[in-house]
Amino acid sequence: MAQPRVIIVGAGPSGVRCAETLVAAGLRPTVVDENRRDGGQIYRRQPDNFTRPYAKLYGTEAGSAQALHESFDALRGKIEYLPETLAWNIFGGKLHIAKNELASALPYDALVICSGATDRLMPVKGWHHAGTYSLGASQIALKAQACAIGRQIVFLGTGPLLYLVASQYVKAGANVAAVLDTSPFMRRVAALPKLLARPAVLRNGLKLVGQLKRAGVQVLTGITPLEITGSPETGVQGVVIRDSRGKVRSFDCDAVAMGYHLRPETQLADLARCAFRFDQETRQWLPEIGEDGRTSVQGVYLAGDGMRVLGADAAEIGGRLAAMAVLKDFGFEVQEDKLQRLRAEQASMERFRQGLVQAFPWPAQQAAQLPDETIVCRCEAITAGELRRVVCEMGAQEANRAKAFSRVGMGRCQGRYCGNAGAEVIAHAAGVPVEQVGRLRGQAPVKPLSIAVREEQE
Amino acid sequence: MNAHRADVVIVGGGIMGAATAFFLRKRGVSVILLERGLIGQQASGVNFGNTRRMGRPVEELPLSNRSRATWLKFKELFGEDVELLLNGHLRVGFTPAHEERMAKYAQDAKDFGLGMQMLSAKALHERFPYLGPEITAGCHAPYDGHANPRLAAPAIGRAAVREGAQVFENTEIVSVEKEGEDFCATAADGRTFRAPVALITAGAWGNRISTSFGEPVPMIVKAPQMCVTEPVPYAIGPTIGASTDVPEQLVFFRQVARGNIVIGGGGHEPVDLENRRAYVNPRRTLIKLAQAPRVMPAFKHLSIIRVWSGIEGYMEDSRSVMGPSARVPGLYYAFGFCGEGFQLGPGVGDVMAELIHTGATTTPIERYHIGRFAKLATQAA
Repeated sequence: MAQPRVIIVGAGPSGVRCAETLVAAGLRPTVVDENRRDGGQIYRRQPDNFTRPYAKLYGTEAGSAQALHESFDALRGKIEYLPETLAWNIFGGKLHIAKNELASALPYDALVICSGATDRLMPVKGWHHAGTYSLGASQIALKAQACAIGRQIVFLGTGPLLYLVASQYVKAGANVAAVLDTSPFMRRVAALPKLLARPAVLRNGLKLVGQLKRAGVQVLTGITPLEITGSPETGVQGVVIRDSRGKVRSFDCDAVAMGYHLRPETQLADLARCAFRFDQETRQWLPEIGEDGRTSVQGVYLAGDGMRVLGADAAEIGGRLAAMAVLKDFGFEVQEDKLQRLRAEQASMERFRQGLVQAFPWPAQQAAQLPDETIVCRCEAITAGELRRVVCEMGAQEANRAKAFSRVGMGRCQGRYCGNAGAEVIAHAAGVPVEQVGRLRGQAPVKPLSIAVREEQE
Repeated sequence: MNAHRADVVIVGGGIMGAATAFFLRKRGVSVILLERGLIGQQASGVNFGNTRRMGRPVEELPLSNRSRATWLKFKELFGEDVELLLNGHLRVGFTPAHEERMAKYAQDAKDFGLGMQMLSAKALHERFPYLGPEITAGCHAPYDGHANPRLAAPAIGRAAVREGAQVFENTEIVSVEKEGEDFCATAADGRTFRAPVALITAGAWGNRISTSFGEPVPMIVKAPQMCVTEPVPYAIGPTIGASTDVPEQLVFFRQVARGNIVIGGGGHEPVDLENRRAYVNPRRTLIKLAQAPRVMPAFKHLSIIRVWSGIEGYMEDSRSVMGPSARVPGLYYAFGFCGEGFQLGPGVGDVMAELIHTGATTTPIERYHIGRFAKLATQAA
């Protein structure tokens, strides 16, 4: 039998470990990655002429980052590596890619999607002012370009990344005006038993908060975001919140980094026609997952944060597991003891993930009650009031119907940034549970596709 | 309450069914409108959005003109703005044969008020400087335009409800039968809807129902291939369609007021009719994107942000099925509009309501009569 053609999308922790496992079994997978270099978002490698040491770039994760990069370097020559390549569609058993305005279609027997995660965002009045960034983008600015997003920065949202990026900014010498977390402190206490599944990670997290406080950064929990103030001329000028005691407070700043934990990038899984189900805990639609990253579609596998947000360590395990699933499904021998060990490790990661979801919940109520004048969809500049109007006056109680009428989710982000909050607004206005609102259907291209693109002549 | 009754039962809540329901109510006729999903969700909602008359068969222009009159009064009649933009339609060509074809059409259709004007390459490039250098001629119809299909049919449906139509969405009809003097439409959940008159406006599914009445039609179900760019400053004006000798390479586009450019063409794909899913084939997107800059070179600086498709019913002879049944008294059809039904929708509703209410119509529609396929029925029998 000919060797199965395996394509891996993504060269982050899960993609690299997946490729490594397949190569060890004698396969030569193709790795398609949007980035210029491997490492994904978390272990993003700096440009060639930058010389910051690992310890400075990746902190406590320096060892993991270096190990992953070295593993990938060792794979070069044993894989087909296509960096700076957009996987923009999946159709008829082929992955459609575009690079340098040249498009081609790669047939596959197995496709492992390691697409990672992006920030889960909640709109707030004024979030369209220049100077508002996602936490992920703020971190990229620092990691890749050694830049801060502003001179005085407020971190707003919730989740572990909020504290991680804020402390990275403090370390880099930036002026962090405040860290404002929507999650109540007591949720963290309640989540402790689950978080103890990974004591070292928990300890690191607590250390970060300690460092922030020692650096004199105000850290507030249980807040409600009210507004990012500013103007088209000045950009961001401040953040107004209500604190946990109900007092309205303002913080001056010229940039805001915001994010509410992460959401898997599921568009490719959607285009591959994988089945999705509603996840009550995180209040979002996620691909259905079988054993070791198998999906409802034969030959399509998921791994890493693009499947479930478990973090980088778990992504490395997930990449290996998905590779073993591919190998098994195509008749290769896999080491059962190793498989069992990886699954057990993954199980404790899953327990920790549940702890994080519990500790840093998506503020569904705040999203549902966004003031009418707040822009929900930044791409199309549609307000919460307009979205409510199509629900209440035009009867659009389903996500795609509301999108058709209002344009929320129709812009270049395709609802990746506004979809979660939009669904909460629709559900609240319609008086139905959010799962009943459904999910926005995925539509190609995964990211904007240049019209200058040409088909590669074979 | 499981049994519903009215003067007319309409099966299929696209733009045809919704508009007919509205105009029947205007005539005081009671009406039930049945829709499997939501009003205007299929072909009516996902089409290109052309309200073009230019290029239609000359015999269709009276109907198209009647529809135009309704489009012009859209807000007044149906109460909502659906982004109707009447900045003309421009057809461009690349060869003398294209030019000849456009000139002939302009001549043939000159009495129908389209205001068409042939333009030389020089005149074209002066007036529309963004056009590509390969274009040698064009024909401009200044009064045509486009509207937002996602909004139009649902708006007409809501207007029909306000006028007193009984609209049932999420109602899957499993059979339509004649029982005595009545037609009975039965839903999957057992509800029944009765009326002495039935109108089938079921689009790509129309053939199934007409076949059940012994009137099969040669329908091909196809999926159009659309895409849209990111928004850019409004600059184009007319809807633009390029002549081509290769159907796959057809490309046409329109810019909406907020700036996005909707691009159609690139041929069609087959449809999964059972699961009601239609897909965009990426190769068709790429073929279309290769053609678009020939018409407007600046396209090369833009990106597309979304593609979509839908389910459309095409007839072998490129003419819809519209008018009374040839076999069953009280049964009417209006379906299979071959990807060109959006502009006709309000007019078809107006005409069908007139036909059902008065037994005749002032607009000629004989060429759409289902009787032209009677041979098929004989063969099937």
